[in-house]
Amino acid sequence: MRLRKASALAASAAALVLTATACGGGGDDGITIGIKFDQPGLGLQNEEGDFVGFDVDVARYIAGELGYEEDEITFEEAPSPEREQLLDRGDVDMIVASYSITEEREEQVDFAGPYFVAHQDLLLRTDTEVPTPEAINDLTLCSVSGSTSAENVQRDFAPDANLQPFNTYSECLTGLENGTLDALTTDDSILAGYAAQEQHQGKFALAGLELSDEYYGVGLPKDSEDLEDVNDAIAQMVEDGTWEELVQEHFGPANYEADAAPEIGARP
Amino acid sequence: MSDLSVLYDAPGPRARRRNVLIAVVFLVVLAAGAGWVLSVLEDNGELDWDQWEPFFTNGNVWTTFILPGLQNTLIAAGLSMLIALPLGAALGIGRLSDHAWVRIPAGTVVEFFRAIPVLLLMLFANEAYAMWTDIDRDVRPLYAVVTGLVLYNASVLAEVVRAGVLALPRGQTDAAKAIGMRKGQIMLFVLLPQAVTAMLPAIVSQLVVIVKDTALGGAMLGYSELLDSVGLIDGNFANLLAAFTVIAVIFIVLNFLLTSFASWLEGRIRRGKRGTGAVLSTTVTDELDAAGDVPGPGGLAKT
Amino acid sequence: MFDFLDLDRYDLFGAFWTTVQLTVLSGIGSLIWGTILAAMRVSPVPIMRAFGTVYVHVFRNTPLTLIIVACSQLLAYTLGMTMWADFGTQSLSFRLAVLGFVLYTSTFVCEALRSGINTVPVGQAEAARALGLSFTQVLTLIVLPQAFRAVVAPLANVLIALTKNTTVAAAIGVAEAALLMRDMIEQEAQLVPIAILFAFGFIVLTLPTGLFLGWVAKRAAVKR
Repeated sequence: MRLRKASALAASAAALVLTATACGGGGDDGITIGIKFDQPGLGLQNEEGDFVGFDVDVARYIAGELGYEEDEITFEEAPSPEREQLLDRGDVDMIVASYSITEEREEQVDFAGPYFVAHQDLLLRTDTEVPTPEAINDLTLCSVSGSTSAENVQRDFAPDANLQPFNTYSECLTGLENGTLDALTTDDSILAGYAAQEQHQGKFALAGLELSDEYYGVGLPKDSEDLEDVNDAIAQMVEDGTWEELVQEHFGPANYEADAAPEIGARP
Repeated sequence: MSDLSVLYDAPGPRARRRNVLIAVVFLVVLAAGAGWVLSVLEDNGELDWDQWEPFFTNGNVWTTFILPGLQNTLIAAGLSMLIALPLGAALGIGRLSDHAWVRIPAGTVVEFFRAIPVLLLMLFANEAYAMWTDIDRDVRPLYAVVTGLVLYNASVLAEVVRAGVLALPRGQTDAAKAIGMRKGQIMLFVLLPQAVTAMLPAIVSQLVVIVKDTALGGAMLGYSELLDSVGLIDGNFANLLAAFTVIAVIFIVLNFLLTSFASWLEGRIRRGKRGTGAVLSTTVTDELDAAGDVPGPGGLAKT
Repeated sequence: MFDFLDLDRYDLFGAFWTTVQLTVLSGIGSLIWGTILAAMRVSPVPIMRAFGTVYVHVFRNTPLTLIIVACSQLLAYTLGMTMWADFGTQSLSFRLAVLGFVLYTSTFVCEALRSGINTVPVGQAEAARALGLSFTQVLTLIVLPQAFRAVVAPLANVLIALTKNTTVAAAIGVAEAALLMRDMIEQEAQLVPIAILFAFGFIVLTLPTGLFLGWVAKRAAVKR
């Protein structure tokens, strides 16, 4: 009796392990791309489990140019603190996840592109006026902790402003909507995604201040052989008009005017 | 004496009136607070139907976001429990060993892993697996989460086991020695079976900690567990507070089921065996001399 | 390996000092609120016993991250309870974090104390009641002082767990050790050495605390 219980327990444990392993899989013949899963407008898993957003479509286009079919692409979540490690370990083959090119990061990974230039901006309630750059100091701002945007605020353009850092941008929106926060600050591409959300229509607007230049690159492992091919794919995407279409599709609803496509190899 | 605490006398008419008065005041304050919170939430539109509607009318929310997250949480927590319990018992017994070469390493391991935040243990495990093993990348976050949880919780459980064994009356060991049992036999047949009854509440609260701590794997390692699904739901429906509430309720129900099951189990074990009646604190992890001399069944506070 | 460590740019000691402050303040708060909760759970008023039980079950079974985020999202940024600090300031986040830790950790203090109350022999309370002491007097003069001495060791473990749990405050932007760690990882892009550095920091904080309180526990325990 005792023994039977014990073996039943062991069997269920083994079953657990098996289900856990069975979730894995994925052959080596496809391509794995790191994206954001929870960023409306850029990379978002929708309720059907599909991935939508500007970054996702860029990733699909590049993968297509590299010779992969749609069903050979695997999307992996790339949390910001882990991006370099994911590439370094070979967990993902490339990262297209609002990944700004910086000097420190270029020591760790290679960047193709840039494929997009974003600017740090403010997201305001529609009933507030756009502040002058000096007046930002008097605002209560919100951003994601540890992000480049948060660092820029404190170091450069509003050192005296109150800054509430959170884990995610959507946490900032609660306070912004209730009037307890004045503005959410980060890249305008990200802000546009939130402003365009169905539930937020008409509530928030971008200020249109270009507070910084963020060059979004495609992250590749150091000394990747694909660098040239990815660069060509990006150039091709801009040339054949797909880029313009994607920008219109994903950023259009927020009345957000994106910059023209950047030169390949441009660096801040 | 069964339904009456020994801490106070049976309430007379005056005490009963006073208790009713306290109860009424308490309830009024509680209700006023709740009412105010709800009215502010209502003003801010947090209670609007469209914030909550996805959870009730849209099955996709459950099948795409919540249930896979719940499954991952359960897998990680289940595996961690299955590994951490025996490992913790082994470490705890090892720490009680008469041989210094067993006692000291066991003690070092326990103290070391108790001192580091679980999140960092998970990070290290993830890196170590990536560097020295060829575990598939799809399951590596799971392995890392489980490893971190096992290392930390096994150390805590080791201390629970140790405290449970130490809390038994010395006479048990003496009597077992007197009838000629060997050290291993004493531990296995005399001390552990009795200690388990006393340790159950502490063990269970540690299991609850395991379930909750799976949530740490989400933010840093990209292990898509239950709490992680809040971000996905909010990304689609922009209902952060509602999503947080639903996930919190799931966690509370999950852990409540776990503790209920444990107290049912405890009842069964207690009926089957006459333990010392000692109940270790839910947080005991160090030798607790006092717990050894718990006054029979029915100390002061009724559980 | 540690050449990324620019102490002018990263305030390592300041961050760990915030961790210590969070731990100490939350520890004191949890001790007070946890004792009140334990008193409620053994009190003669049924509604208070019920409240104590429900409170402990709800807060102990919720992930700490959720509690901390709820403090910030719900209490501060929705209900506007700022605890005398301005929106968007460090002091607001700090106070909210302490509040959240107290709400959570007090349930563990409460449960430890309750089992401590269990170790006090029944005769103690009976004798006290025979002398005509009221419930409050029995609890505060006779039972709790003995219960506390029995649970120094479990409380020490709660304190150590609390020290490590303060890392969750990073979720609402308190500038403590875990936030600085995340900041450094983001800026320097070097995960492992940075994580080792912070793991060491926590060992320095928790190991001596554990050893010291273990010694106190042995001395304080009531020998029966």
